[in-house]
Amino acid sequence: MNRGVVFRGGAPLLEVDNLSVRLAVEGSMRAVLHDVSLAIRPGEALGLVGESGSGKSMTARAIDRLLPPGAAVTGSIRFGGRDVMTLSGADLKRFRGEVAMIFQDPRAHTNPVRRIGDFMTEALRTNAGVPMDEAARRAVALLKSVGIEDGERRLRQYPHELSGGLLQRVMIATALLTQPRLLLADEPTTALDVTTQAEVLAILDNLRSELRLAMLFITHNLELAAAICDRTVVMYAGQVVEVRESSKLHDQPLHPYTAALAAARPSIDATAHRLTAITGRPLSAFEAPAEACAFTARCPHAADVCRQRRPALVELDGGLTRCARATELFGRLKVELHA
Amino acid sequence: MSVGAGLATGAWRRYRAGRQRRVSPLLIISAAVIVAATFVAIAGPLLAPYNPDLPNLSQYFVGSTPDHLLGYDAQGRDVLSRLLVGARTSMIGPLGVTLICMTLGALLAVTAAWRGGAYDAVISSGLDIVFAFPGILLAVLASAVFGAGLVAPVLALSVAYTPYVARVLRGAALRERAQPYIAALEVQGASATAICMRHLIPNMLHLIIAQATTLFGYAMVDLAAISYLGLGIQPPAADWGVMVSENQQGIIQGFATPSLAAGLCIVVVVVAFNILGERLYERGEARR
Amino acid sequence: MRLRYFVRRLAMLIVSLLVASFVIFAAIYLAPGNPIAALSGGRSIPPDSLRVLEARYHLDQPFLVQYWFWLTNALHGNLGISITLRENVSDLIASRISTTAGLVLYSSILIIALGVGLGILSGLRPGLLDTSVLVITAISASLPAFVAAIVLILVFAVQLQWFPSIGNGVGFLDQVKHLTLPAFALAVSSLAIVARVTRSAIREEARREHVQTAVSRGIPTALLIWRHVLRNAAIPITTISGITIASLIAVAAVVEVVFGLAGLGAYLVLSAQSKDLAVVQGISLLLVTAFVAVNVLVDVLYVVLDPRVSLGSRQ
Repeated sequence: MNRGVVFRGGAPLLEVDNLSVRLAVEGSMRAVLHDVSLAIRPGEALGLVGESGSGKSMTARAIDRLLPPGAAVTGSIRFGGRDVMTLSGADLKRFRGEVAMIFQDPRAHTNPVRRIGDFMTEALRTNAGVPMDEAARRAVALLKSVGIEDGERRLRQYPHELSGGLLQRVMIATALLTQPRLLLADEPTTALDVTTQAEVLAILDNLRSELRLAMLFITHNLELAAAICDRTVVMYAGQVVEVRESSKLHDQPLHPYTAALAAARPSIDATAHRLTAITGRPLSAFEAPAEACAFTARCPHAADVCRQRRPALVELDGGLTRCARATELFGRLKVELHA
Repeated sequence: MSVGAGLATGAWRRYRAGRQRRVSPLLIISAAVIVAATFVAIAGPLLAPYNPDLPNLSQYFVGSTPDHLLGYDAQGRDVLSRLLVGARTSMIGPLGVTLICMTLGALLAVTAAWRGGAYDAVISSGLDIVFAFPGILLAVLASAVFGAGLVAPVLALSVAYTPYVARVLRGAALRERAQPYIAALEVQGASATAICMRHLIPNMLHLIIAQATTLFGYAMVDLAAISYLGLGIQPPAADWGVMVSENQQGIIQGFATPSLAAGLCIVVVVVAFNILGERLYERGEARR
Repeated sequence: MRLRYFVRRLAMLIVSLLVASFVIFAAIYLAPGNPIAALSGGRSIPPDSLRVLEARYHLDQPFLVQYWFWLTNALHGNLGISITLRENVSDLIASRISTTAGLVLYSSILIIALGVGLGILSGLRPGLLDTSVLVITAISASLPAFVAAIVLILVFAVQLQWFPSIGNGVGFLDQVKHLTLPAFALAVSSLAIVARVTRSAIREEARREHVQTAVSRGIPTALLIWRHVLRNAAIPITTISGITIASLIAVAAVVEVVFGLAGLGAYLVLSAQSKDLAVVQGISLLLVTAFVAVNVLVDVLYVVLDPRVSLGSRQ
């Protein structure tokens, strides 16, 4: 039941409990997620941070029921109180309307042979039976809200005629057409240049507050998550290793991995003698040892207790952390790395 | 459910690529067939139990006997012997086409890729133009003009196939050319010819061999068809294509073996070359 | 942009056609001996016929002028005279063109219906059907048309006696019956290639990320396959179908000979054997033009189906 609900009170919109996912690979089942739990309340933005292979994208896919065939899922995912994994038919369709997902590479995620207008209005027309002109009208209005003024012209264009940044805005606008309650954003700005990144983030932030939209913001950039989200979840090797208020995450991380992530990005204000990279490479869930902490090999604070069993999530200072030495390391993690 | 196939993860794709590294029995069989066919092509006349050219009209279309496993053909000759001897002409034509096409195609492709600019434009346009001629048609035309035989159709098919080969190799050559090690060699002062011969082409070798193998198969089909039409190898020479034609009447008369056997030989060898070519191509791709 | 691409392709193909016609015409000079010998196929000809030939082909004029005359004549439907049958080549072609056209059409329908159909089915459903289709197509892709033809004759004409093995037949239905085995023989290897390409195109498109996007938005599966998988796969499918149908035009000749059909291809082969060069030239020109025309059609369809195409050649 460790959900890391920092601010108590208010029924969560999305509840993920002890989610474990294994995928069928080469005839055997490989773990990609282990015991992941999180919760998002209406209107809340939750950041999900991790390196590649950490399972952050997989979590979003599990939530949105986009896992490949043959995936074994245990644990529960509940949206608006209903079990997501058993939805079907009309219920599933409604769910898909209420939960929208935007992806990292907008160009790969739009059909190149269909016009933007077709792409945007497809779900409305087929699922909600909205006539074309009405759907187009709504699309144009939403394009305006993401900063695209000449919507009518854009609707007639093809994806290859738009830049990446523009296309991502179209993606966002499209996601909002069904008036979703939850937006799953999988690295929405990673494929964009820095200036466009800032614009797209600003749009997401605005929309969130205007529409009271809950958001799961996935990124590998700790700062980015902290900037937009109230709380952040850090994942490593398919497990949740820390849940923390974003404001405290950078300066008072609870887990050595979070601290390492924070230190690995050079900061403008502090002078570092050299770039601190985390030694070794990130583990995927199936490579993680069953009877030890997954981060042991790369952790500067690893001790014997870390190698004895997989640590459980413990509450600390209003957050959650999966570190056996959390209490003794508390407060020292950030300081040590700046030594 | 079917769309689930589309939701593959990266791990799924890695699995797929790994699968091909195991050597499949099909590949071994194909290689064995090709080796066998080559051997028969070389040693055919020595292996044939009977004289393949001696007609004996009293024995025409006699079926299989213990002495003559495949029976007699339309002119009373031993079918098995003719098949064994016929391998030679059936394989040498495709060999000629393959050698000419690969050499010419590689030359044009590398020149176009290396020099780029006007050279590339001219060569590519030239190739596009030749593309318009279907191989068999050119072979028939050549045969009409220069007379029947193997030479004219082989040359004609070579001309018709070269654009295709050159186009494929040009793509690969362009990719290789863009690699940093080529630039490094150029900076060191190596001549263009040396770089191409010693580095560029060897690195494309897997593709060249894969292409050549597949090409052999196609050439064999077309040349057999030309011989079947009487425009290539002429009867009474023992050639698989010719044999299909000579013995076609047998099918209607209830003696399908001679014609079918020849057809089967063609198909088996062509299938073997196609499979080998495909596998070679896949292996080459996987290695990149 | 797209118009420019298309115009460029068209120009390319017209140039190809001109070069091809030039090669076809030059055949009478490439043949051993002088042009007269080539045109007469080595037969001895009475002097006035000789003079007619010389005048018709303008053999006293420079080479290029001769070519020009020949080409313009051809464009007006005048393709010369057959030396063996002493009739107009154009008339001889006209009487035979329906057989070949019918054969190619019948075959094309089979290739598209069966090839694309099987490819879609096996592309969308992994399992037994898919494996069987793969195995069958692997074998039949390597099956030369004339070998397929004799197998079909053996099984369906001789043993089962469902279809005739020789000749054209009389009357529409009978003609269709006579064309059935030839059409299948012609279609067999092309069908396999089209099925395989269709299957891998479908597989490829089904894997694309934009399909995931549609799934995440709740688009029903059937609509998804139609609008996103099939529509996108249509591009490579159309290209391969076009290419294989174009190649049918040449291979039809072989099939016509096997089945004794009175078509253009069979007549081409006959003329090649009897060295009736005027006929060979005439039919070759026609077939090459048809080949180029099909390629133009494929290019048009490609531009229509793929909005991304601007410049550069078809892959």
